[in-house]
Amino acid sequence: MPVRETGSVKEWQRRTGRESLFHWVLWLIGIAIFAYCWQRISESTTWFFVWDAPRIANDIWTRATPPRWEYITQLGKPIWDTLNIATLGTIFALILAVPVAFLAARNTTPSAYLIRPIALLIIVSTRSINSLIWALLLIAIIGPGVFAGVIAIAIRSIGFCAKLLYEAIEEIDTTQVEAITATGASRWQVMAYGIVPQILPAFAGIAVFRWDINIRESTVLGLVGAGGIGLQLSSSLNVLAWPQVSLILLVILAAVVISEWVSAKVRGAII
Amino acid sequence: MSAPAFDVTTQIGKPWKKPPFVQNPLLRWGLLAGFIAYLIAAYMTIDVNWARVYEGLERGKQFVLAFTSPDFTSRSGDIYDGMLESIIMTVAASVVGIAVSIPIALGAARNVAPLPIYLICRGIIAISRALQEIIVAILLVAIFGFGPLAGFLTLSFATIGFLSKLLAEDIESMDRVQAEAIKASGASWTQWINYGVQPQVMPRLIGLSIYRIDINFRESAILGLVGAGGIGATLNTAFDRYEYDTAAAILILIIVIVMALEYISGIVRARVQ
Repeated sequence: MPVRETGSVKEWQRRTGRESLFHWVLWLIGIAIFAYCWQRISESTTWFFVWDAPRIANDIWTRATPPRWEYITQLGKPIWDTLNIATLGTIFALILAVPVAFLAARNTTPSAYLIRPIALLIIVSTRSINSLIWALLLIAIIGPGVFAGVIAIAIRSIGFCAKLLYEAIEEIDTTQVEAITATGASRWQVMAYGIVPQILPAFAGIAVFRWDINIRESTVLGLVGAGGIGLQLSSSLNVLAWPQVSLILLVILAAVVISEWVSAKVRGAII
Repeated sequence: MSAPAFDVTTQIGKPWKKPPFVQNPLLRWGLLAGFIAYLIAAYMTIDVNWARVYEGLERGKQFVLAFTSPDFTSRSGDIYDGMLESIIMTVAASVVGIAVSIPIALGAARNVAPLPIYLICRGIIAISRALQEIIVAILLVAIFGFGPLAGFLTLSFATIGFLSKLLAEDIESMDRVQAEAIKASGASWTQWINYGVQPQVMPRLIGLSIYRIDINFRESAILGLVGAGGIGATLNTAFDRYEYDTAAAILILIIVIVMALEYISGIVRARVQ
């Protein structure tokens, strides 16, 4: 125990001298890095705008309130599109994620040295790129519209769903698989009766969880032109129609809260 | 799941059938019918321009091929600046976000904070979680002007919602005994937090912080689309100009950095836990 003696008094300390020096140096390096980053940010900031910000914020607030409620009649179709993007995107993603997950799980992959790394690469690369970037890319390839949004959401969700699913597959109870194998079942029968029933609850949970996230993400996909309520948001922003913007933000907020509530209820019912 | 009532005499001689996932048959078929009806309705309302999609396949092929020969050199200056800005935003926002979210997490834990503070902190968390990064970024760019400051503030704000919520849950489920022992020794409130609570939640805090740095970097890549700084602006320009090889180079860099961060976070989490 690190104890310092000053005269006859023994004082308890949390760390030894060497340890506290090490901590001190680490903190110094951390603060230096942060100071450098802050300096870079501050260099490329127009500070006049920042000092002016409270006035601008106040100005935007007065322009945006009250929301233009009658505009809500035009938001029905965009909301439906948003729902479609999220739901169809999730379905496509699940269809694609299931084989990837089986290839990536250690206990079901056909080849741990060749195929598993490829499956893991698919998982990492689809997960690390945001759905807005996928949407940008798909709009350049297949043109703007809801379809690009569906595909963007689908690609982005593969990695997430496959990662959670393959972790569930790796955690299954092997005794059940052995029991099915002992009855003389083929490889596919073992999958269908030994593995699938064990991961089905996890699968349903993942599907609903991802659907909830996808509702969130699809509300903003329109900002780059991939359909949904984001299109209305970006066109309202472009013409500085702040009352419409505030109404759309309220609708998005409601959609997010409702989807979170639905997903919590469904997951509660499954688990 | 409880085992359904099982009568042996009625089952003898019948082949075994897989038990269905949803027990109630009415609910099962109802869900299925509703789902199919929804799919048809969704399919009818989405108008896909198949000719345009078919035309695009050629460009899609070009893009996939661009991954085999990414162009890091011709726009290396822009890529370097954008990446550096993204990383700087990530680091600064993570530091500030984590620093701010620790007191908020303490306030949002019911066993540490009194009710009024609890409600305020939970309110902050709820707002931060409900608003997506890109929408916050749009508003902050409108208020603070273009540049990395808006991105930095957006990411810090988003970090607060994520980290405070998970950390508060961890504080609420901590072991009371240790905290009480510290209190019984006559510790002040700050000493109680420092020696009773903090050591219990530290591993989780470190793990979550590193995970959040990872998320912040990924998010910083899109903030440029709305003018909040970072690599997103460069990427957007590359797509707009159909420079797929440059876009591929940027995407590869993002993937590599995210993979490296995930690898580091795996090591760190394994060490602290």
